[in-house]
Amino acid sequence: MIKSQQRIYAVLVPLLSVIIALLIAAVVIVLVGNDPLKAYWEMLKGAFGGAQEIANTVVKTTPLILTGLAVGFGFRAGVFNIGAEGQMAMGALFSTMVAMNLGSMPSVFAIPITLLVGMGVGAGWAAIAGALKAFTGAHEVISTIMLNWIAYYLGNYMVAAPLAVGSGTPKSPEIAPSAKLPPLLTVHATELTSGIIIAVIAAVVMYVILEKTSVGYEVKAVGFNPYAAEYGGISIAKNVVLSMAISGALAGLAGAVEAMGVHHRYLGALTAGKGFDGISVSLIGQNNPIGIIFAAFLIGSLRTGSNAMQFLGVSKHVVMIVQGIVIFLVAAERIVRTIMIYLRFRRREAGMES
Amino acid sequence: MEREFDPRDYAVAMVGITKQFPGVLANDNVTLLVRKGEIHAVVGENGAGKTTLMNQLYGLLRPDSGKIYVFGRELNLKGPRDAINAGIGMVHQHFMLVDNLTVAENIVLGSETRRGVIFDLRQARMRVKELSESYGLMVDVDAKIEDIPVGMQQRVEILKTLYRGAEILILDEPTAVLTPQETEELFEILRKLREAGKTIIFITHKLNEVMAVTDRVTVMRQGKVTGNLITKETNPREIARLMVGREVLLRVEKQPNEPDDVVVEVEDLWVKDNRNLDAVKGVSFYVRAGEIVGIAGVAGNGQTELVEALTGLRKAHKGKYMLLGQDVTNLSARELRLRGLAHIPEDRHKYGLVLDFPNYYNAILGRHDQEPFCRSSFLDHDVILKYTKELFETFDVRPRIPEMPSANLSGGNQQKLVVAREMSSRPKFIVISQPTRGLDIGAIEYIHKTILRLRDENVAVLLVSMELDEVMSLSDRIYVMYEGRFTGEVRPEEVTLEEMGLMMAGHTWEEVRGTVATR
Ligand SMILES: Nc1ncnc2c1ncn2[C@@H]1O[C@H](COP(=O)(O)OP(=O)(O)OP(=O)(O)O)[C@@H](O)[C@H]1O
Ligand SMILES: [Mg+2]
Repeated sequence: MIKSQQRIYAVLVPLLSVIIALLIAAVVIVLVGNDPLKAYWEMLKGAFGGAQEIANTVVKTTPLILTGLAVGFGFRAGVFNIGAEGQMAMGALFSTMVAMNLGSMPSVFAIPITLLVGMGVGAGWAAIAGALKAFTGAHEVISTIMLNWIAYYLGNYMVAAPLAVGSGTPKSPEIAPSAKLPPLLTVHATELTSGIIIAVIAAVVMYVILEKTSVGYEVKAVGFNPYAAEYGGISIAKNVVLSMAISGALAGLAGAVEAMGVHHRYLGALTAGKGFDGISVSLIGQNNPIGIIFAAFLIGSLRTGSNAMQFLGVSKHVVMIVQGIVIFLVAAERIVRTIMIYLRFRRREAGMES
Repeated sequence: MEREFDPRDYAVAMVGITKQFPGVLANDNVTLLVRKGEIHAVVGENGAGKTTLMNQLYGLLRPDSGKIYVFGRELNLKGPRDAINAGIGMVHQHFMLVDNLTVAENIVLGSETRRGVIFDLRQARMRVKELSESYGLMVDVDAKIEDIPVGMQQRVEILKTLYRGAEILILDEPTAVLTPQETEELFEILRKLREAGKTIIFITHKLNEVMAVTDRVTVMRQGKVTGNLITKETNPREIARLMVGREVLLRVEKQPNEPDDVVVEVEDLWVKDNRNLDAVKGVSFYVRAGEIVGIAGVAGNGQTELVEALTGLRKAHKGKYMLLGQDVTNLSARELRLRGLAHIPEDRHKYGLVLDFPNYYNAILGRHDQEPFCRSSFLDHDVILKYTKELFETFDVRPRIPEMPSANLSGGNQQKLVVAREMSSRPKFIVISQPTRGLDIGAIEYIHKTILRLRDENVAVLLVSMELDEVMSLSDRIYVMYEGRFTGEVRPEEVTLEEMGLMMAGHTWEEVRGTVATR
């Protein structure tokens, strides 16, 4: 009874938020002199109008699922990992560097190795912040932000000097073909990579870890109440580092999948804020692995659709507004929830009087 | 009742209140009538619905049905703000103060009259001081909350309500965390407040307190009111019967037991407190299997730090701690648990429970990574649920809903859950701190019997309690603690309460016996 009600809310709140956000954004669109219905129609077509559009949306969704899981796992464990961006960059950079040299290795080995490198490096990068928190008390928000900058400049330097190839945008050489993720299907220039499968598997694994294992039990206990955790024989230091590492592994995986499935190399713009988007995604998905998949899909389709909307002269910033409002409403879900409870209360009182 | 019911006769009239939680009918057509200027006790078993009833009076919960009148006026409370405006103040079962703010700041926080914080604070300081003096609360308004003892913190909560103009005070189990001395002082304050015309609703599990300060009593049981009594015309036995629905032993019978080998040996242990001052100053003692060793003392004399050091939650900086012949000084809680330690902590919210966890998760805290609950890192939910159900059955934790978050249990049932978990972990050595804090008399009886049963099963038991009665009636041997040291080691049958009091105030056993003998 309690459970089912909670589940309904979990779906209803974000859904309502999206609708309200779209309505508010519609006002903005009118104000800038466009027809919101037309704009939204274009957006819809841009995101789902055909095979290529859908493929595009899925490609945009994939890394968002993974960074969303990264941040979401952190939240569940009581750590605020703002560093998914940097962990993703490091994961992409190092998996590229390894994958460049795997030319003679068959895919069955090359792909898992490259993925593992991405995860391992992401985990290690995040674990630095975890260890700083566990042993010196440095807050992870500060240290992960600083690690983001280090990762950003390290990546830029690597593609500007030691790894640089070609002209134009600084970029690394291509990775070995055997390390590329095989496309599920190719429409025109768009490849729908198998990365989405990896992302969904990661969500399932995260769910299992959190809900079915003693590791999940411990990280959640530390997140909720570190005193009780310690009392129960759970090491706070170990679990803070572990939570950050798992979170970072997911972000690193996002980087590896992006490098292996989309760009086939490392370039400075590879992450492009997807790590930060992970924060929004996990908030909208309420830190629930399944919710995160849907939230990533929502943001992914809004992003793809916004490109189409731009042809009408509607700035893609409108999409940012929608995204902002959705997050605001979900984060402030209490508001929506309170309104709903209030309405029900009113209805019942009215019913009692009659 | 000869006369027609008229809400104007009462400061508080809650009539026909019903409140349903998922799976629990917490209040079932409850009527509570409190006259102006009286101290009115609300008593009842754990989970009887006392806190729920008060939360409705304070606007934190809305009744499903029923009416609330305050000074004859019907109220439709939408939140605590409405209740405060109607002159109601509440001191909660678990305090809600901000640790690193001063007393005055805490009191102003969230008050209506906000006009620039600085101006307000100056005024507030004066006003708080005045209030504090006129009711004899003696609070230092500039002290930080974290630096003052619990008893003082509670007075701050009372001051807060008075500052906001409360005419009706609700105190939810205020004495559960107080020393007998502090309790006596609180009663003085309550009597002063009553003289000043305030109305007080006082929740407690201790019937002697009911007898000592209250004018009337409302007894609740399983969500219903089972009695309305005038204190002068009743007695603890009658109240107990109405509460529990049967006769209760107000004191357990203890059989002598022959202790076995030494299980725990502590030598010259030194422990520092949070401010880095010595809290435990070189204590030495031992506990044998099949023996209950009590530690008596006024709160704040190092018992907390001693317990934390023995249970792996705090480091000792000197001394030796042996458990079953092994040196376990400064081992972690985990390692100690693996060696057979169990621990009932004094603060169930800080240490005992992860409140956001469902009950069945809390039921295995500390053993969550061990068979049969966990096999190669995977939790076995079926086993855990079954175990939790049995635990709830045996220790009568209510309601028996394993999936419910522990935050939704009543205070006493949270305590029962902690006690149940620790006592069922088959310990060799159990450290029990304030085990019956917040428990009703029926539950206390059961817990006391269980402690004795553990002893008879050859467990080494260390019992730390501020309830002198509890220590005296259960322990086989008692160490009295004062300012970090033991002032004496005694057997309960060979000392008087008066002698215990002297030792708790710092006199050694030799001194005490010396003075007694020379008299
Ligand atoms: N938010 C909630 N959700 C679900 N059940 C609740 C909630 N709050 C209280 N309950 C249930 O309502 C019943 C009454 O609880 P309440 O806290 O009023 O008891 P109490 O008389 O104050 O007990 P205690 O002496 O142990 O503090 C309990 O069974 C409790 O589990
Ligand atoms: Mg209560």
